[in-house]
Amino acid sequence: MEKEAPFQKLLHTFAALADLGQEIADTTDFQERMRSALHLVQGSLGIMHAALAEFDPEDEFLRFVAVHPAGTDTPADIALKLQELSGLVSLGICALTRDDETPAVRQFVAAHRNLLDTLSVDLIVPLVVRENLVGLILLGRKATGESFSAEDREIICAMARHIGVGVQEHRLFVELSRRAEENRQLYDEMRIIYRDTVRAFAAAIDCKDKYTQGHSERVGKYSEIIAREMGWSDDEVEGIAVAGYLHDIGKLVVERDIINAPYRIDAKQSSELNRHPAAGYEILSPINHPYADIPLTARYHHERIDGRGYPEGLTGDQIPLVAKIVSLADSFDAMTTDRPYKKRRAMEEVVEDFRRNTGKQFAPEVVASFCRALLKEVNGETTNRRIIRLLGKDYIERERVAPLLQALIEDLESGAYSAAAGNA
Amino acid sequence: MADSSTLSAVRSRSDGELAVIYAGDYLNKLSGERIERECRRQLEAGCRALIINFRETELVNSIGVSILLGVISVAEKTGARLIFSDVNRQTVQLFEMLGLTRHVALAKDEAEALSTLTQFASASRATGH
Repeated sequence: MEKEAPFQKLLHTFAALADLGQEIADTTDFQERMRSALHLVQGSLGIMHAALAEFDPEDEFLRFVAVHPAGTDTPADIALKLQELSGLVSLGICALTRDDETPAVRQFVAAHRNLLDTLSVDLIVPLVVRENLVGLILLGRKATGESFSAEDREIICAMARHIGVGVQEHRLFVELSRRAEENRQLYDEMRIIYRDTVRAFAAAIDCKDKYTQGHSERVGKYSEIIAREMGWSDDEVEGIAVAGYLHDIGKLVVERDIINAPYRIDAKQSSELNRHPAAGYEILSPINHPYADIPLTARYHHERIDGRGYPEGLTGDQIPLVAKIVSLADSFDAMTTDRPYKKRRAMEEVVEDFRRNTGKQFAPEVVASFCRALLKEVNGETTNRRIIRLLGKDYIERERVAPLLQALIEDLESGAYSAAAGNA
Repeated sequence: MADSSTLSAVRSRSDGELAVIYAGDYLNKLSGERIERECRRQLEAGCRALIINFRETELVNSIGVSILLGVISVAEKTGARLIFSDVNRQTVQLFEMLGLTRHVALAKDEAEALSTLTQFASASRATGH
């Protein structure tokens, strides 16, 4: 059945408005959305030419994002004078012909006559949202040759409101993205500052012990290597490095003479020294660290999985994994650096110590991860030889150490040590 | 969905300076842009007459109308003849209402469009244009 023209026009306009709502809500790229929106305005009334510009409030330029028909050269950006800008804002969303007598229109037309001629512009439609100019639509003549009726202008204004909101949303999105990026950069910088501060603090802790300089930093690095081998995320790896740097912070409250004693300390001194994990926890607890478990690592890094550690004698799974990792890193560094009363051990002896104490002092999965990371370096399977660099390149004899590590890894992976740990 | 079927539905054939572009069943943004690209390609290749055949087209939305207006503009600019053929009654009403028929001739079918173009070509030759 043939529809009456006004009815058909109404249906066509409604369909265009519905399509416009969908287009504006779409998440495709902004320019594409604006091209579609402009097509819908044109197609709803049969407008031959059109252009849509977004207003950049930073430099007060109107920047064209869509120009139709396709193939038309995109005009250069329009610099708006303050008066022009306030004039357009004062108009609100409206559709005015270029010969309109409104001062703001006269001023705009006078300033940009060449552009309006080039684009064959008949109608000027400022996109104003909450008293801010967000863009401008320029429309050419209708294909019917008729001038724009009051109803046509109402339709254009209704569509322009949708488009204005779309432009405004895009602007907010860009602004939010920019701020999010700024925040991310700021956060990254703060993380670097935090880590540098922690490292400086670790150096300060180690200064108290003239025989173990660099110990905290090395424990941090070994812990980092183990965690990475265990498949932890970058954030978690960074967190455990910090936990390693600060694990001995409690030593700050222990007398320097005890820490630096060039002989085996007696029971009383040992008891004083053994206060440092709990003291470290007390120091670190009030701080809001960006990573979890840092105070707990300081508290429990001398616990053993067989329950013979201190300060609480925790066993197996009662000990946080971070503390188990730092505990191994701490012991490894103690065995591989010279102490006041003994020289560092040969690497073969260290591996033997691991074998003897896994399931008692050390957690099997942690020892296995550390051995795997070390074996990769010893066998040259990685270019990043961080452990070897920390130990000194002549410390490990590959021919002797690699088979020991390999054998220990195989035993650990067979599950024998896990059973032992379970019995602890 | 409609997109891929629409894409596959837009096709064309050319013969010398004449090209016929067959619009799909629904003329929207995707198929419209495809038609627009095809028209431009034919005009750039030296085509002087275009027929857009709407035989399969049931519906043309606002974006489709706008893109057709663009095709009309380009054809006018390049001096090429443009004819729409096989347009259904509802779409004819739409094109009349929006003024497209002031710029483009409608033909009942492709044969009539071809005949119109032949007459035009003969007239042009006779007048030396």
